[in-house]
Amino acid sequence: MATWTPDPTFYPSARLAMRAPPETLAYVAVLNAEGVKPDALGVVDLNPAASSYGKLVNTIQMPNAGDELHHFGWNACSSALCPYAPHPHVERRYLLVPGLRSSRIHVLDTKPDPRAPQIVKVIEPQEVCERSGYSRPHTLHCGPEGIYVSALGTPQGGAPGGLFLLDHDSFQVLGRWEVDRGPQQLAYDFAWHLGYDIQITSEWGTPGMIENGLVPELLLGSKYGHHLHVWDLRRRRHLQAIDLGTEHQLVLELRQARDPTKPFGFVGVVVSLEDLSSSVWLWHRAGGAWTAQKVIEIPAEPAEPDQLPPLLKGFNAVPPLLTDINLSLDDRFLYASCWGTGELRQYDVSDPFNPRLTGSVHIGGIVRRTPHPAAGAVNGGPQMVEVSRDGRRVYFTNSLYRAWDSQFYPEGISGWMVKCDADAAGGLKLDPDFFVPFAAGYRPHQVRLEGGDSSSDTYCYP
Amino acid sequence: MNEPGTWAILAALGAFHGINPAMGWLFAVALGLQRQKRVAILTSLLPIAAGHALAIGVIVGVFVALRVFVDLDALRIACAILLFAMAIVRLAGGHFGRIGMQVRFHHLLLWSFLMATGHGAGVMLIPVLLHLPVGASHSAHLHSTWLSGMAPSLSVAVAAVIVHTVAMLATAGLIAIIVYEWVGLAFLRRGWVNFDWLWSAALVVAGVALVAPVLS
Repeated sequence: MATWTPDPTFYPSARLAMRAPPETLAYVAVLNAEGVKPDALGVVDLNPAASSYGKLVNTIQMPNAGDELHHFGWNACSSALCPYAPHPHVERRYLLVPGLRSSRIHVLDTKPDPRAPQIVKVIEPQEVCERSGYSRPHTLHCGPEGIYVSALGTPQGGAPGGLFLLDHDSFQVLGRWEVDRGPQQLAYDFAWHLGYDIQITSEWGTPGMIENGLVPELLLGSKYGHHLHVWDLRRRRHLQAIDLGTEHQLVLELRQARDPTKPFGFVGVVVSLEDLSSSVWLWHRAGGAWTAQKVIEIPAEPAEPDQLPPLLKGFNAVPPLLTDINLSLDDRFLYASCWGTGELRQYDVSDPFNPRLTGSVHIGGIVRRTPHPAAGAVNGGPQMVEVSRDGRRVYFTNSLYRAWDSQFYPEGISGWMVKCDADAAGGLKLDPDFFVPFAAGYRPHQVRLEGGDSSSDTYCYP
Repeated sequence: MNEPGTWAILAALGAFHGINPAMGWLFAVALGLQRQKRVAILTSLLPIAAGHALAIGVIVGVFVALRVFVDLDALRIACAILLFAMAIVRLAGGHFGRIGMQVRFHHLLLWSFLMATGHGAGVMLIPVLLHLPVGASHSAHLHSTWLSGMAPSLSVAVAAVIVHTVAMLATAGLIAIIVYEWVGLAFLRRGWVNFDWLWSAALVVAGVALVAPVLS
């Protein structure tokens, strides 16, 4: 339904979005670890004045089992204010929640009751596969003229993965996005430089390479993703592949500068085959072309073989496993989730070429197993990280992906969501009282904040 | 309607089109901000105004031709139906494919032409065009008298497009500069009212004005 004035959660620029009121709810994708019961969307109360603050106040079950809910996003966001395709009189109202394994996409209406979203539409896997030629929908973003979804592969589980579009009114699958994909085969995340009509995509692996766990032979053979791809967003054509080097495996989360006049962004690489380190790379425009360079390296930590899961026993070290990053809306602080070593790091990236470590919080970890003050012993480690629009609160969960969870945390992950407080000048502190446990067998993944967060919106104005 | 009134309404509709962020001033501001150059606002607004003028000109041209060959009442009814249809399209909230921010003169001209045409900017002017002075009846050229009795002359038609477009450009330029220099974009959050609704209402009013004389 159209409105008289724009949705109050739309902001022309990220700078203005930082003035948004604090969030009062979080939505969390929750996986049923056995895959026999349906996954759910969890609702967590974030209003400090409420008696249910810091509690899971609702779980909305999906209609089927085995979806593997993972990432999700909004039907509309600040990109609706973009000047060439303006349609700001729509509501940020529907959450689109894909099942990464099932390829089913659920549409949940957060109105009239934001604490009890209702499933209003289900896009069945056949529609996704037949109309787009892709399966395993992963990341989802509200774009200026439609909803973009990345997908890991073909319906048969092979390459190529890519992007498809959903109509942002009817949520119909409109079809494949790419006109010319060039050499791109692997897919994962995508990010836009709307001021430059540029899209960046990253690489994980095909469904066949990941759904039964990380395959050591493929990893040691450098078969997982090690490229970034640069695309002409208007013409839907591949422009450039940037090879980070075959030793850099699993090029995952992309966080572009929120200011559209800045042609740079950050990408996290999970593991280096040389020393098990993780790294963050800065991609940027230099002259007419795009390039990338390593700006952060996080080393592996020494460990005794008996502290390590079978997959890592031969290495005598625990890899950081940087599996998510996030960037505050002022492009100042970068957060890095080290799921293996159990650490969330905060870097000041005011100078994006020279990040400075400004904060670190330990919790969980394969070897360290740092307890949480409110809960005692915990397992898993910092994984999906989300930052409030004002940049002051950082929420994260501890499950990565079912088949990979059991390789790195073979005892099984007990789900939790925690919070850190970020100092405006830099610095990170774990909130000792905020600990949201999930029922046995349920594991949380991506967090989205009511009204938007640091990775939900793309802006057209500086 | 007297003649000065007709020109004033053409200019007022130009201002109305100029105020609508979807007709280009917001795009010009965005390009000024993206390129971090004030002058980019002006250099963007010129092709935007040209595209708008082209869209208006096409409709004026078609109208002048139809005015000659089609019965006036039939033309009024047909145009009113078109106006009501465009009003419904606008309410349905159709918007246009992406063009992006890396745009040159011809991109902006084409974008503006498509936005104005898709919104029915020219069609909205038809009731006013009917009140333009018809061709020079004092003309000595006999062969053109049958035509000049019914439709505006070429010079009047061109003048109509210019008056409308200059008003549109002046309004859009003024708003763009005020927003860029002083107000900032934050005001869009509350101040960007639903122009699709206002626009639809204007199309309906134009349609009613057109068809009323036939019905009465």
